Amino acid sequence: MGSKSEDKAVFDTESAKQMVNKLRASFMAGKTKTYEWRVSQLIAMLNMLEENELQIVSALRDDLSKPELESSIYEIAMLKNSCKLALKEMKHWMKPEKAKTSLTTFPSSAEIVSEPLGVVFVISAWNYPFLLSLDPMVGAIAAGNAIVLKPSELAPASSSLLAKLVAGYLDGSCIKVVEGAVPETSALLEQKWDKIFYTGNGRVARIVMAAAAKHLTPIVLELGGKSPVIVDSGIDLKVATRRIIAGKWGCNNGQACVSPDYIITAKDYAVKLVDSFKCELQQFYGKNPLESKDLSRIVNSNHFDRLSKLLEEDKVSSKIAHGGARDETNLKIAPTILLDVPINSLIMKEEIFGPLLPIILVDNVEESFDMINSSGPKPLAAYLFTNNNKLKEKFVAEVSAGGLVVNDTTVHLAEHNLPFGGVGESGMGSYHGKFSFDAFSHKKAVLYKGFSGDSSLRYPPYTRGKLRLLQALLSGSILRIIRALLGW
Amino acid sequence: MASVEEKKAAFDAESAKEVVKELRASFASGKTKSYEWRSTQLNAMLKMMEENEPQIVAALRDDLSKPELESSIQEIAMVKNSCTVALKKMKHWMMPEKAKTSLITFPSSAEIVSEPLGVVLVISAWNYPFMLSLDPVVGAIAAGNAVVLKPSEIAPATSLLLASLVADYLDRSCVKVVEGSVPETSALLEQKWDKILYTGNARTARIVMAAASKHLTPVVLELGGKCPVIVDSDINLQVATRRIIAGKWGCNNGQACVSPDYIITTKSYAQKLVDSFICELERFYGENPLESKDLSRIVNSNHFARLSKLLDEDNVSIKIVHGGERDEAKLRIAPTILLDVPQHSLIMTEEIFGPLLPIILVQKVEDSFDVINSSGTKPLAAYLFTNNKKLKQKFVATVSAGGLVVNDTTVHLTEHTLPFGGVGNSGMGAYHGKFSFDTFSHKKAVLYRGFTCDVSVRYPPYTRGKLRLLQALISGSFLGIIRSLLGWFRS
Repeated sequence: MGSKSEDKAVFDTESAKQMVNKLRASFMAGKTKTYEWRVSQLIAMLNMLEENELQIVSALRDDLSKPELESSIYEIAMLKNSCKLALKEMKHWMKPEKAKTSLTTFPSSAEIVSEPLGVVFVISAWNYPFLLSLDPMVGAIAAGNAIVLKPSELAPASSSLLAKLVAGYLDGSCIKVVEGAVPETSALLEQKWDKIFYTGNGRVARIVMAAAAKHLTPIVLELGGKSPVIVDSGIDLKVATRRIIAGKWGCNNGQACVSPDYIITAKDYAVKLVDSFKCELQQFYGKNPLESKDLSRIVNSNHFDRLSKLLEEDKVSSKIAHGGARDETNLKIAPTILLDVPINSLIMKEEIFGPLLPIILVDNVEESFDMINSSGPKPLAAYLFTNNNKLKEKFVAEVSAGGLVVNDTTVHLAEHNLPFGGVGESGMGSYHGKFSFDAFSHKKAVLYKGFSGDSSLRYPPYTRGKLRLLQALLSGSILRIIRALLGW
Repeated sequence: MASVEEKKAAFDAESAKEVVKELRASFASGKTKSYEWRSTQLNAMLKMMEENEPQIVAALRDDLSKPELESSIQEIAMVKNSCTVALKKMKHWMMPEKAKTSLITFPSSAEIVSEPLGVVLVISAWNYPFMLSLDPVVGAIAAGNAVVLKPSEIAPATSLLLASLVADYLDRSCVKVVEGSVPETSALLEQKWDKILYTGNARTARIVMAAASKHLTPVVLELGGKCPVIVDSDINLQVATRRIIAGKWGCNNGQACVSPDYIITTKSYAQKLVDSFICELERFYGENPLESKDLSRIVNSNHFARLSKLLDEDNVSIKIVHGGERDEAKLRIAPTILLDVPQHSLIMTEEIFGPLLPIILVQKVEDSFDVINSSGTKPLAAYLFTNNKKLKQKFVATVSAGGLVVNDTTVHLTEHTLPFGGVGNSGMGAYHGKFSFDTFSHKKAVLYRGFTCDVSVRYPPYTRGKLRLLQALISGSFLGIIRSLLGWFRS
């Protein structure tokens, strides 16, 4: 924990370089590689979360007005789960994986050894500032790396608390938090890292990847996109509606990378759907949702203005079917549903990341897939509500997204056996569960041979006989091998 | 096959855009996704190799003076093997992988679906121009993608042959070859690809990754580095020496990304090692290796000059203990061994990629690990010859490289169950076998739920009871769940 004068010192390229050097020295000393160190850090993180739940909830309330239940479940409980899983499985993850060898190297044995990459850089986002900072860190620690974490400055209370807690609970010689904004992040990006893990938007992701290219640093980019929800008829509409609401307004008020962005449904189902939304939204948030304590606010005035602009566009504002109320002082926008907005409106072009839910209409629900695929960038998630098996199959076969869920939204993130990541514009690489461990490891191939059974076939002088026998051996055809041997 | 006038038309950004557009349309039509298409393409590739082996060998002889055995075994047979493995395993690889789900989403089922990425770009290298072009293409096809291949212009005969064979045997609407050099490659790199697999050097790799970053295109970079060989005493020296020779001069005359670059051995063992090399080298290549037909030549005069410079450096030329002969007209350098060159010499700073083998001396063999790790960059491969179990363990635990081999060199490439790729400066990503399929796939998570058992605890209005129950559910603690349920019903 720095003194006031140290805090004020500028974190520039030189500071970044020093920090990386220190971490590299710690890593080279072998500190982070031991099973004991990794266990101690994960246990310390669990303690950190358990002993500071109130402060974390409070920081998230400051930064986002995030409801306690969301903070407690979607940030803290998810994190604890990641720690516990890593503690439980890590010994198994760390074990080399045996690999079968073939006739070409007989006699031999082989294995794939997981090795820490070294010193890694985690850049987090503002919407789930704890989860998106510490969840990647769990993977990096489990894989045996030293880490620098740069939390988002758009969630300053969380950033400050993270810096304090990490310094208080974790090994400061191997894990560091750097607070700051563009200058500090740029200084860090100039350094040579062994991996960079970035969560955020496509524009900054390009900057991160370009910086990584200079050092040939591998990266994971967890981005976003417009996650569509296809709603078929013949479903349990109440449950479907509730699950969509939970994934949209129940996830930081729509400010989540996997929040349902827009809905596609059939023209003749639209009214039923809108009515169901109105009913359930009232049940959840009451008659005056601007006053509800169960909704996060809009994070700041920039985003408030951005979302207002989406609503106010010509031919869009007239499509509001529910909600639309705004409170600029308190940065609140009521859950808003728009029906049948123009396809080329702003609200249908950019990722909404807020409490506005447009509904697009099609003649029949099968047309949804083409619409999604032709809309351009691949989203981080896509959702389908249906009881029609054929439709489910078509959905899975045709819609390309990071991940898909049938008959729910966003919950796939909680399943640690599923890789969580994007494709195309929604990102590259993935994590969660063992995928986190793998993301921060080098999978080193190791082949063991002895000195016996040395076949001189591969050695010069090259002869026609050797060539034929080698070709036969590689083809694996016994007949050919015999023929070649006889010929020779 | 294009006429001469068509070939002369410049392949610029506009042409590149058209190619990608065409392939994207083919991909969108679903053509490349079917098992049948993938299977026909791979079978066509096998046929292509079977029916054109002499032409391929001839092209490699033109480009590299590569010996027939090396062309046939290290290039053609390797790709045939990849096709065969893919044909055999592809149905299994294509099957979704079931994933266990937890109490949190109960009842549910989940799977991970492998999906083709779309339209991919493969940029190949000059030293194994056939293999490094088609091996990645095998993976791309097996995974259901459309492909553009850009072979290296530094191996022009092979590039031309590849263009002609691929156009004749494979599906032109989905698999294309673009010949050319920097302008053509740049034009291609400006486009949006769904993946780029680049084999080559670090300098160009930076350019490729920077170009990819503009479109957020994921990349596999297969680079190189200085692959060290640690030689312990008390081994079967003859076998060890032969295997090092095979990996060095027997692999395109040292011009291979995984060729042993330099040796580290103890001062006390050095002489024995050098003598063994001299003996085996003569056995393999005769008394006049410049004349041997079993050695590739140096690819071109640029590289010949580069290698000569390494040899001519002060304090290095005097360290030559064997070889050193050169024939500039024929681009030949004899197998050359140098003993105890200075650590900061050029030959110990850059990747050699040629028939020169420096030997570095240490006091005891355990010191080798520090020598390797202090070099700063991680190589694509590292090798150790020893019978000492503890040394093997320390090697595997301490030396970071793309891949390691104990008691041999380079052969790990032939094991398709091992991922082949680098780390740090030697690259990112991996391929071979199923790793090729995976590298050209998107692993799409899919979770299936029904409408029953809708747990309302996640819905607002948020209450303390709901919070407690959810905490218990997520922690997976049954006791906690029961306690919370009781508490909830009470309130």
